[in-house]
Amino acid sequence: MPEQFVWGMEVFLNGLMAGVLYALVALGFVLIYKASGIFNYAQGVMALFAALTLVGIMEGQVPFSHLINAIFGTKIHHFGWHAPALLAILGTMAVMVLLAWLVQRLIFRHLVGQEPILLFMATIGLAYLMEGFGDLMWGSEIKKLDVGLPQGINLAIDEFTYNIFDYGFFIDNLDIVATFIAIALVGALVIFSQYTKQGRAMRAVADDHQAALSVGVSLNFIWILVWSVAGFVAMVAGIMWGAKSGVQFSLSLIALKALPVLMLGGFTSIPGAIVGGLIIGVGEKLFEFAIGPMIGGATENWFAYVLALVFLVFRPQGLFGEKIIERV
Amino acid sequence: MFYREAGDFSTTYPQDSQTFPIRFDRYRYYAVLAVAVVIMPFVMNDYLVNAIFLPFLIYAIAAIGLNILTGYCGQVSLGTGGFMAVGAYACYKLMTAFPDINIFFHVLLAGGITAAVGTAFGLPSLRIKGFYLAVATLAAQFFLVWLFNKVAWFYNYSASGQINAPERTVFGVAVTGPNTEAWATYLFCLVFTVLLALIARNLTRGSIGREWMAIRDMDIAAEIIGVNPLRAKLTAFAVSSFFVGISGALFFAVYLGAVEVGEVFNIQKSFIVLFMIIIGGLGSIFGSFAGAAFLVVLPVVLKLVGVDLLGWPTDIVAHFNLVVVGLLIIVFLIAEPHGLAQLWRVAKEKLRLWPFPH
Repeated sequence: MPEQFVWGMEVFLNGLMAGVLYALVALGFVLIYKASGIFNYAQGVMALFAALTLVGIMEGQVPFSHLINAIFGTKIHHFGWHAPALLAILGTMAVMVLLAWLVQRLIFRHLVGQEPILLFMATIGLAYLMEGFGDLMWGSEIKKLDVGLPQGINLAIDEFTYNIFDYGFFIDNLDIVATFIAIALVGALVIFSQYTKQGRAMRAVADDHQAALSVGVSLNFIWILVWSVAGFVAMVAGIMWGAKSGVQFSLSLIALKALPVLMLGGFTSIPGAIVGGLIIGVGEKLFEFAIGPMIGGATENWFAYVLALVFLVFRPQGLFGEKIIERV
Repeated sequence: MFYREAGDFSTTYPQDSQTFPIRFDRYRYYAVLAVAVVIMPFVMNDYLVNAIFLPFLIYAIAAIGLNILTGYCGQVSLGTGGFMAVGAYACYKLMTAFPDINIFFHVLLAGGITAAVGTAFGLPSLRIKGFYLAVATLAAQFFLVWLFNKVAWFYNYSASGQINAPERTVFGVAVTGPNTEAWATYLFCLVFTVLLALIARNLTRGSIGREWMAIRDMDIAAEIIGVNPLRAKLTAFAVSSFFVGISGALFFAVYLGAVEVGEVFNIQKSFIVLFMIIIGGLGSIFGSFAGAAFLVVLPVVLKLVGVDLLGWPTDIVAHFNLVVVGLLIIVFLIAEPHGLAQLWRVAKEKLRLWPFPH
């Protein structure tokens, strides 16, 4: 069945592209988890919040306009300007840094030394808080995000594959751009964590809090830094997903998809997040392609979780995770 | 003043080990029960029962169930919504397959079926711990919802894909279907809530409850002193799923009447129940009730204040609700990780010493 094979290859490629986006979200999780031991469920909502803020700034929306209108009976909506994408991205980044500072200052500083599972629950609370806050600030309707990324079918690949297989592959330009941005982002993160002072301090904190403290690394600063970096990653993920399917609530559910990615790759490993993302992306697309039609389709909703579950039973720490050693 | 154990002598072992050893507590419990059974049915109307009492009673069962698993046995589960769906669909299939049997048994059987499913999904907990397990239970959540959506047998091949509760009666009074009276549905759920709370209370006080708590506090140490982790974890999953399944069955059959699985039993449901036990208090039966009451009443109050009093649009109030719930979770985790139940305990301690605290 050469035809089936060619289609399968197209599905495989599309899966790889989707996997890159999962990996992008998963990366934010790993960063925070390594540095502070917090499993940040709010990562997806952070992506949503960043995308909302970006659209808001670009469109010149007045923050909390719905609320203000409801209270004071006014009718304000827009400042009346349209910001260029680059400026808006800088503005959003500033908001994410502020958010990182607030989260660290108001929440996690008070929870130092608590059990990890309590911290996890706190981030679920944070996710709810930010979701409601984002909606109050920018309104909850679906928004279009256009920062000038190319979209639509890539004709070059279409033509190229048509010449070889007699069948043109459908690959979205946006996915290709996303892949390159993700690769660049990972490269930048690696350089940052290997060659800069702050990056090394970040790794030191990830290794051992007390040892890092004793050589003069400020935990507080590093945590704010990590949350900011995670906010930046969330923003990039938010832009990609937002450009793909509009800025809406379902964006925050992508975080849930990143969870099995993490479980596969291991919570503590950046390469793990990437490989896990690719496996999940390819796996769920191929499964849907090969088995989905037989059992009713829409298997993408659960395949990743079940795969991760089965996998974990045999290797509880994931592919690249540190071996879990338990002592009484 | 009245809240004293002084002069309250227990002369037999059963007396000594009763649930409420302090006389005042005991009478208060009987008084609450009496009010709930004798007086409340007469003041019940459709608004009260649908906005507050039915969701409160049903969520309380789910919260107790999750509390057994998470609060007592320490296994975090995010699959509550999926297990509630199992209860609902099991109840629906039983109701339509055996229309002559009393609905009471259908609900119990639905709980039993959910317990079996829950135990199956609990098996990985022997290998996976902490968040890994929490994420693994998401597999249950998404898989089960997908299953009920896709396999037409579960909703009897109905065109809409919904399940609708047919009318069923208990002692000749309708408790499900469109022609129910407020007091009947209230009493029906109350019976389940009281019975299950009693069972849960006694299970957690008994040897199996102590095993759960040992596993929660440190599973390796528990294993070394002779607790069988397989038994403890799986019984926790089974009992918890039984409770959650019953609450799902009641939620579908008595409260909503018609269910579309993706809308009703989605991941948000899992989180709401988890929030209930965080706010109410992990590892406390009273806390499950308090948390359920709190999170059921909060949106109602916010809606009353926001929409009816201040005249805000409903969607803004709904967003406010999210913010308030999120804030409360964080505040509780920071200020009082043991929840409302701990506040209640502290209040009782203070009361025992009052008016001479030293």
